[in-house]
Amino acid sequence: MMLTGSEILMECLLREGVDVMFGYPGGAILPTYDAMTKYPQIHHVLVRHEQGASHMADGYARATGKVGVAIATSGPGATNLVTGMATAMMDSSPIVCITGQVPRAAIGSDAFQETDVTGVSLPVTKHNFLVMDVDELAWTVREAFHIARSGRPGPVLVDIPKDIQTASTEFVYPEGEIVLPGYQPRTTANEDELDAAARLINEAQRPIILAGHGILMSGAMDELLHLVERSGVPVALTLLGKGALPESHPLSLGMMGMHGTATSNHSIQQADLLIALGMRFDDRVTGNLATYSQHSRKIHVDIDPSEINKNVPVDVGIAGDLRTVITQLLPRIEKQQRVDWMARIRDWQEDDDERDILHHDTGDRLLGAQVINDLWLHTGGDAITVTDVGQHQMLEAQYYPHQRPSTLITSGGLGTMGFGFPAAMGAKFGLPDEEVWAIVGDGGFQMTMCELATAVQEKTNVNIAILNNAFLGMVRQWQEFFYEERYHATPMFNPDFCLFADAYGVPNMRVTKREQVEESVAFARSIQGPVLIEYVIEKEDIVYPMVPAGADLHAMIRRPKPGERANA
Amino acid sequence: MSDEIRTEQKVTLVTLVDNRPGVLNRIASLFRRRNFNIDSLTVGRTHRQHVSRMTIVVDARLANVNIIAANLRKLVNVIEVRVVSDEPHVSRDLALIKVRTDDPESRNMVTEICERYPGRIVDMGVKVAIVEVTAHEQQVEAMIEEFRPIGIVEMVRTGVVAMGRGVRIQDTQYEPPIMRAGTRENGVQQTIL
Repeated sequence: MMLTGSEILMECLLREGVDVMFGYPGGAILPTYDAMTKYPQIHHVLVRHEQGASHMADGYARATGKVGVAIATSGPGATNLVTGMATAMMDSSPIVCITGQVPRAAIGSDAFQETDVTGVSLPVTKHNFLVMDVDELAWTVREAFHIARSGRPGPVLVDIPKDIQTASTEFVYPEGEIVLPGYQPRTTANEDELDAAARLINEAQRPIILAGHGILMSGAMDELLHLVERSGVPVALTLLGKGALPESHPLSLGMMGMHGTATSNHSIQQADLLIALGMRFDDRVTGNLATYSQHSRKIHVDIDPSEINKNVPVDVGIAGDLRTVITQLLPRIEKQQRVDWMARIRDWQEDDDERDILHHDTGDRLLGAQVINDLWLHTGGDAITVTDVGQHQMLEAQYYPHQRPSTLITSGGLGTMGFGFPAAMGAKFGLPDEEVWAIVGDGGFQMTMCELATAVQEKTNVNIAILNNAFLGMVRQWQEFFYEERYHATPMFNPDFCLFADAYGVPNMRVTKREQVEESVAFARSIQGPVLIEYVIEKEDIVYPMVPAGADLHAMIRRPKPGERANA
Repeated sequence: MSDEIRTEQKVTLVTLVDNRPGVLNRIASLFRRRNFNIDSLTVGRTHRQHVSRMTIVVDARLANVNIIAANLRKLVNVIEVRVVSDEPHVSRDLALIKVRTDDPESRNMVTEICERYPGRIVDMGVKVAIVEVTAHEQQVEAMIEEFRPIGIVEMVRTGVVAMGRGVRIQDTQYEPPIMRAGTRENGVQQTIL
């Protein structure tokens, strides 16, 4: 059958199981937009800015585990996808970005809306393609999806010149297995590696598991649970690892790192064995590497061999798929209780509890922590929460325990403000039966709030919770601690967010008192389509504990206990 | 043999890569992005149409060679990576050195140096001569130092190329998939709609 390049692209997307794509039309991608009319099985969501499309594809991918698809035109359309690709790259999220390009003959001539997007996106994609022959298009799309979803997932860009989209050829879909000789991720561990790891685990006195995003990506939650319950080893989670182990589990210590629980950080520093599973020792979880868990042996399992020994030298490094490797490891693990070690950990947890702001009398002020805690309470702890970046993000991580995997979607590695709202929309498209909350700050929301029009047009049933402190709160916190309270460029003039929602015909509510939070959840649930809730919170609040950037992991700035003076 | 002499800090990696546009850019971009310092990098074709071969020399004091190799292997277009300096190997560097020969004394000196090194005069003029030398990198450097007092006016080097000795074969059966419509090659099943 003779098809145009655009039709071939759509045929290939159908075969990859694509049911929705997020994009914005323009000259160089118009032939493909025209071809879309023949493929109503794939729903196209018209965004208001291409950055939103890339974050929506990312949110869709993280919620469903499938590949998210964003599409844009050449030049500015393509460059607007870059932040989304960089975000997906840092958090290993599988997305495919399709961009139009000027016709082949015009490439290199500085044509209208020409950008070398394969060049621009090179460092922020797992791989990219410029299709220069329509007969290569079907193969290229197959390879793009294969590379995006396999191994350590990531973003892949396919750049298609306009004349390739219009060229016709006999369409032949390449079936069968894709074999790329330069791309064969290792999945299983060998016997020596497993024996060495098991020996360390069985002999350790004070071990701790550091569970990361890799557990979720590999689908190794059950295997991790078995490992934890057999070995008796407590678990600290990375931000993206939340949901790897139900946080109600008695051996879950919560998040680690800069704003992690003091218990997790003390446990890491005093451990005699770290078992790092699908995490990459980011500087936000290690603090000063020179003093990081100095007295422990270390096991590191990751699908990406280049992560092993990158930041932290390890005793046993295993490149492999976590589900496979933990399954291989389990028969070698002895059942243990670890009573002494857990007693020390329980002491730290008691201290954490005593300092918890929720146990303090805070008067009439509405605090971000209270809002998040009450959202957790009244959503039954079971919503999909998608955050932006900043104080509200860390408060979410601290006060919204997740029981299920992939129910927290957040930009961890790149820390992309503006991610939360569009990513929440993408998640809702992927999982329409789930309750989805975008939890954002007043700063980040304003970076991508143009997508409210998209949500209205698509009747996307997403709840937007804006924690409005009229500050770039996390930056303000750094200025308070490290720049002698010079609050430069952090106080925000904000629009009236409720009037803003009114302008789009979006139901909305302003919450200023804690007792209204429950009502706001009921209100949000009563609305079909987008709903916006503004929580007016304490302006100069601080997220505790905090490890200052580059400081030792145990050198946390702690919230004072009741009656103590702040020492910050 | 001079080939076995290895300065401790220099490490030589040989990679086989897809011979297609942009691959050199991907390698260069990786080294720049990860802040790995390249001492020298050479690229050339192999006896296989679809495969190019790169020899990359890095300073091991500045970066962990295993991390560099692991990062190279992550590139989809990189087929194979080997650290050849960990095994017996031959390495060669080629230089063209244009040197002053505008008096009998300098001409004699150039001729005499070429007899002591694996170098030869490939172009002799009244004022300058071009000397070609193909040798181990250190030998090339030694020769350059001898020419320096005579007067080097222009010079170019290829950078190091290397190959494992004996039956240490670094090759691949790689053939790219034939993407043309209607063909059935490389065992790839295709269906015609």
